[in-house]
Amino acid sequence: MTDKPCNLFDVGHRACGGCAAALAAKLILEAAGKNTIVVSATGCMEVFSTPYPETAWGVPWIHSLFENNSAVASGVVASLKKQGRTEKVIALGGDGATVDIGMLCISGAFERGTDFTYICYDNEAYMNTGIQRSGATPYDASTTTSPAGKCSFGNPRPKKDLPAILAAHGAPYVATASVAYPADFKKKVEKAVNIPGPCYIQVHAPCCTGWGFEGEKTIAIGKLAIETGLWVNYEMENGEVTRVKKVRRKPVEDYLTEQKRFRHLFRPKKNDGEIAKIQQIADRNAEKYGTDIVLKK
Amino acid sequence: MMEIMEGSHAVARAVTMCRPQVIAAYPITPQTHIVEALAEIVANCELDADYITVESEFSALSACLGASAAGSRVYSATTSQGLALMFEVCFNVAGMRQPVVMSIVNRALGAPLSIWNDHQDSISLRDSGWMQFYAEDNQEATDLHYIAYKVAEDHRVLLPSFVCFDGFILSHTYEPVDMLNQEQADSYLPPFKPYHRLDADDPISFGLFASPDYYQEFRYENDQALRSAQDVVASCGREFGEMFGRDYSGLVEAYRLDDADTAIVAMGSLCGTVKDAIDELRDAGKKVGLLKIRSFRPFPAEEIKSALSGVSRVAVLDKNISLGSKGAACLEIRDALYGSQIPVLGYVLALGGRDVRKKDIAAIVDNAEKGRGDIVYGLREELLK
Amino acid sequence: MALNLGCTAKPGNARDNKTGSWRVFKPEFIREKCTQCGMCTIVCPEGCISPDEDEFPVPDYDYCKGCGLCAEECPSEAIEMKKEEK
Ligand SMILES: Cc1ncc(C[n+]2csc(CCOP(=O)(O)OP(=O)(O)O)c2C)c(N)n1
Ligand code: SF4
Ligand code: SF4
Ligand SMILES: [Mg+2]
Repeated sequence: MTDKPCNLFDVGHRACGGCAAALAAKLILEAAGKNTIVVSATGCMEVFSTPYPETAWGVPWIHSLFENNSAVASGVVASLKKQGRTEKVIALGGDGATVDIGMLCISGAFERGTDFTYICYDNEAYMNTGIQRSGATPYDASTTTSPAGKCSFGNPRPKKDLPAILAAHGAPYVATASVAYPADFKKKVEKAVNIPGPCYIQVHAPCCTGWGFEGEKTIAIGKLAIETGLWVNYEMENGEVTRVKKVRRKPVEDYLTEQKRFRHLFRPKKNDGEIAKIQQIADRNAEKYGTDIVLKK
Repeated sequence: MMEIMEGSHAVARAVTMCRPQVIAAYPITPQTHIVEALAEIVANCELDADYITVESEFSALSACLGASAAGSRVYSATTSQGLALMFEVCFNVAGMRQPVVMSIVNRALGAPLSIWNDHQDSISLRDSGWMQFYAEDNQEATDLHYIAYKVAEDHRVLLPSFVCFDGFILSHTYEPVDMLNQEQADSYLPPFKPYHRLDADDPISFGLFASPDYYQEFRYENDQALRSAQDVVASCGREFGEMFGRDYSGLVEAYRLDDADTAIVAMGSLCGTVKDAIDELRDAGKKVGLLKIRSFRPFPAEEIKSALSGVSRVAVLDKNISLGSKGAACLEIRDALYGSQIPVLGYVLALGGRDVRKKDIAAIVDNAEKGRGDIVYGLREELLK
Repeated sequence: MALNLGCTAKPGNARDNKTGSWRVFKPEFIREKCTQCGMCTIVCPEGCISPDEDEFPVPDYDYCKGCGLCAEECPSEAIEMKKEEK
């Protein structure tokens, strides 16, 4: 062991080089500080950070199951309240743990008004089990359970809109963020943990291994997602969109061509029809959230 | 003080006196009266607890796990389908060594759907690492809650515990119960001292994953903890007896067993009927006795072996069945008596709430004497044709 | 007790796992070009970059995985990825 003080999310974890989820964990704890209790779901982040007897967590941390982090967090919050303690509680889960299998517990915890912050690091598939699709996998992405093939263009469904679902639960603060904009993400985390009641942040976390790009490109890919309109960074306060990141939009192709999960749209020959559908998703996002920078005449 | 109360309400009162700080449970017949009673108790500030109105049993136990890890005494209650929904969390709570106490108001598991009593629900979780205590009557059901907390939280044990009592037969029955007062309860059960907890001043990581280099050792330690809990159960049961006059030092309890030829082994409320039947059989000259199993986990194999050493045959009554095999207690008793030459005959009975009368016990003794066992007792005539 | 009860751990011991051994390319920090903007420190998923006594960023090569993210994001091109000599 070195004599250096350990970071709140420490070195020595086993994430892939360039992993956005690891970066997200680091940024979350930098923003939330040491008076934080983290409740993790099963998934890449849990596995790469805590192989017994090693832990990368410098804050109190607990992992129970894949789908119950918000229920466990509810118990932690209740216990702290009874003890008069002041730690903030953050539940952390991948997109699978969050938009799919954990929905029941998350919905319950939000409906009850639990005073916690739920952060979903969205790498858009089940990475820990080898890149299977989730409800947050984007349209046409090829995964091991939505493979592109002779009669398939990849994942047949668009991303589930969990932020809207949780806003509909009456959450006081719902935000999306991206590791590509670390300062913005940290500001949102800080805001969320300090707002009483259930807050939700979904942070886009490009996964080099699962999406098929080099680890050094993690941030560049994250930026392209926003610049093409396929990911939108926004804040919702009490159900209203209050802040949106504006962009000068690039065509979605700029984003798609950088990742192996969309390669089938370009090889052996370009699939203009499918690419147009993805462009439509981006266009609708831009319209819905008003992301486009309009030049004043 | 003696009071005539419904079983569920007596248990809710006993739980209140154990001062859980966090309660999370979900309604399900026949457990519902407990959570309703506790909600009322909390709503009237008779207990300073946080009552989490979870959306499922799965979340109920998950919330208890979180609250326990954060340093609170916790309580939950469920049965049947609710317990089945908790399956994954049950193993987790035990593996994470959290001393959660949960009442199981025993009920059958569907399909077919049945709200009536048997022991299939808790027995199906016998491998989960939880302690399992079974109550014969409502007095025992209430007393076992104090004991369960004390044993579970003992730093030599640190394991969760079921307190099992029969749905409707006990939960909905009015019986006189001698309730401890708060002062008595406090003198027996000290405030919860967690072994370690989630705490920003001393940050610990809970629930790491174990590679094949470690996993087996964790399971071994879990098993060792459950085995050695026997002594703690006995001493906490004895202490309860010394303080309040009702002794629970035995993990099993014998009734007219000393000179018995046929020993009946049973758990839960059935033991009351068996005792009555034994009195009649004894009057008719049959030497029959009962060995009641109060603690199914930890399983007191040695105690059972010596209690049954003098009998000619053992008839084990199981309100559960491992489909394709036998009742759980039958298999365990046979294992405990391995090498002794004493025949162990299994009788699966009373599944899904079928009533057991004294004459059924007499018939089973008759069967046992004829060496006819390992059957499902009391099947409808049309199945036997 | 041989193991930590309930499969727990105290902070600090992830450091026993020296992830620097994974590295194929090594980031070399060129002081002359560095403006001390701090971008590399922010984006490093390992959190293994910290300032030296002159406030220049230096990676802890015991843990640097050589992912190249710092080099890619450095606005001053002050980090070069070089094939690791082993
Ligand atoms: C009940 C249950 N079902 C399935 C699994 C297997 N499993 C573990 S992690 C995981 C996927 C995790 O995906 P996600 O939440 O997106 O996190 P990621 O690994 O992508 O970071 C799955 C399917 C499990 N552990 N528990
Ligand atoms: S698979 Fe993806 S999410 Fe998982 S550790 Fe690697 S880069 Fe991170
Ligand atoms: S190469 Fe990657 S791991 Fe190494 S210092 Fe740069 S960002 Fe950190
Ligand atoms: Mg994922």
